[in-house]
Amino acid sequence: MKFRTIAELVEIAESEQMPISEVMIRAEMEATGESRESIFRMMEQNLDVMEQAIHRGLTEDIRSHSGLTGGDAIKIQAYKNKVKLLLSGPTVLDAVSRATAVSEVNAAMGTIVATPTAGSCGILPGCVFTAANRLNSDRETMVRALFVGGAIGYIIANNACISGAAGGCQAEVGSATAMAAAAVVEMAGGTPSMSAQAVAIALKNMLGLVCDPVAGLVEAPCVKRNAMGAAIAMVAADMAMAGVESVIPPDEVVEAMYKIGRDMPVALKETALGGLAATPTGRALERRIFGGTPQ
Amino acid sequence: MKYRTVFDIIGPIMIGPSSSHTAGAARIGRAARALFGRKPKKVTITFYGSFAKTYRGHGTDVAVVGGVLDFDTFDRRIVDSLKIAREQGIEVIFRESEEVPDHPNTARILLEDEKGSTEVVGISIGGGKMEITELNGFSLNLSGNAPTLLILHRDRYGAIATVAGILARHQINIGYMQVSRKEKGSLALMTIETDQPVSEAVKAEIEAQEGITGVTVLS
Repeated sequence: MKFRTIAELVEIAESEQMPISEVMIRAEMEATGESRESIFRMMEQNLDVMEQAIHRGLTEDIRSHSGLTGGDAIKIQAYKNKVKLLLSGPTVLDAVSRATAVSEVNAAMGTIVATPTAGSCGILPGCVFTAANRLNSDRETMVRALFVGGAIGYIIANNACISGAAGGCQAEVGSATAMAAAAVVEMAGGTPSMSAQAVAIALKNMLGLVCDPVAGLVEAPCVKRNAMGAAIAMVAADMAMAGVESVIPPDEVVEAMYKIGRDMPVALKETALGGLAATPTGRALERRIFGGTPQ
Repeated sequence: MKYRTVFDIIGPIMIGPSSSHTAGAARIGRAARALFGRKPKKVTITFYGSFAKTYRGHGTDVAVVGGVLDFDTFDRRIVDSLKIAREQGIEVIFRESEEVPDHPNTARILLEDEKGSTEVVGISIGGGKMEITELNGFSLNLSGNAPTLLILHRDRYGAIATVAGILARHQINIGYMQVSRKEKGSLALMTIETDQPVSEAVKAEIEAQEGITGVTVLS
């Protein structure tokens, strides 16, 4: 059950005729010696925390300490429920508002699950809970979806990187987006190979994304990038389910992401020295939040 | 493989906002506390790289201190850790270093009381994972994934064989082992990751051997 690449993961799943989630669960049992029940229970606990974060973000008036973020998840939900003709669609907006909810809770030092990181924690829950709502999925299917996301994240983390400091936002929000795309494909009954294509399509559209947090905080643009990551993941999943394939294979997209990350200047990797953080408004906000001390 | 289990990716459950700067930092603080082995009187925390640049906004300061107070990544008390430390009589000092570290998220933690001091350097490698890279001047590679024995000993023949023999007798398998020393014949440090947990009795048996000056078990 050992896999190092997405190609190997798909090959195992196909030859053993099992979904990606099952390959990940068995690999985890082998790696840790823990029982299936205990591994499943641990993942279910993660799902519970995600659900609570979504609930908080959509019902409470969440504000971060800096005041930069909060309140948008509720705004998006209200808009979705009020406006008859949406420009995108209710499912996409559901995923977007849920991802925003979790990300806002994170910015306000609330309890979340890092998936794969805290800065990108909204995307997987946003997509999994929205897909579940749409598809009437049971709890087990949702927990399994987290194992699918985990399998993809595990491969990206071990072959490339998942933190903004190491590889820019493409590594952080990009990985989460790819993980979510693969996860919802399995929830919708897609094949392992479709999940892999969804990874490639999603991650491609995150390539080059810099990590440029205003005032160095995990808030702007992070919360909105979580929102858009969720939207990209849902659309990438639909494209893969439609049979669309990535011209460049998933593992090569991951490798490209890694190399772009290595070539990226340090100013654009979470240091708050470039990008949006270095705009006049970004700098003004930084001074307002931290006073005269330069970050 | 840097990431061993699926829960390194889906997880940890934590207090926001940053897995590198908050959860990873809390885990470095907690490992430092475990290595010191008791509540310190004074803690000096030096931040390097990205930690130095952004620790206030990310809550890295409260997270490291939360870890030093032995709080887990999801413990809500992390938010108030500076206050709690003050109430417990722990003096906390933060320093920002301009030095360019090997890893962008690096923290050096010096824990002290009247009985002694321990200095730990940790890096936060992303997603809440951390590694301890230095202990009291010895460089080492500690993931925190498995039970780990840290053994300070005099650098002489037989020391490693003795420890390995004790572990074998107790049916404890070694998964990873590293020996570091500052110079030949002086004090050295064995880092041993094991597949099975190491009991107090086994720890005591190792401690009793000649040439062994200190044993810490991290699990």
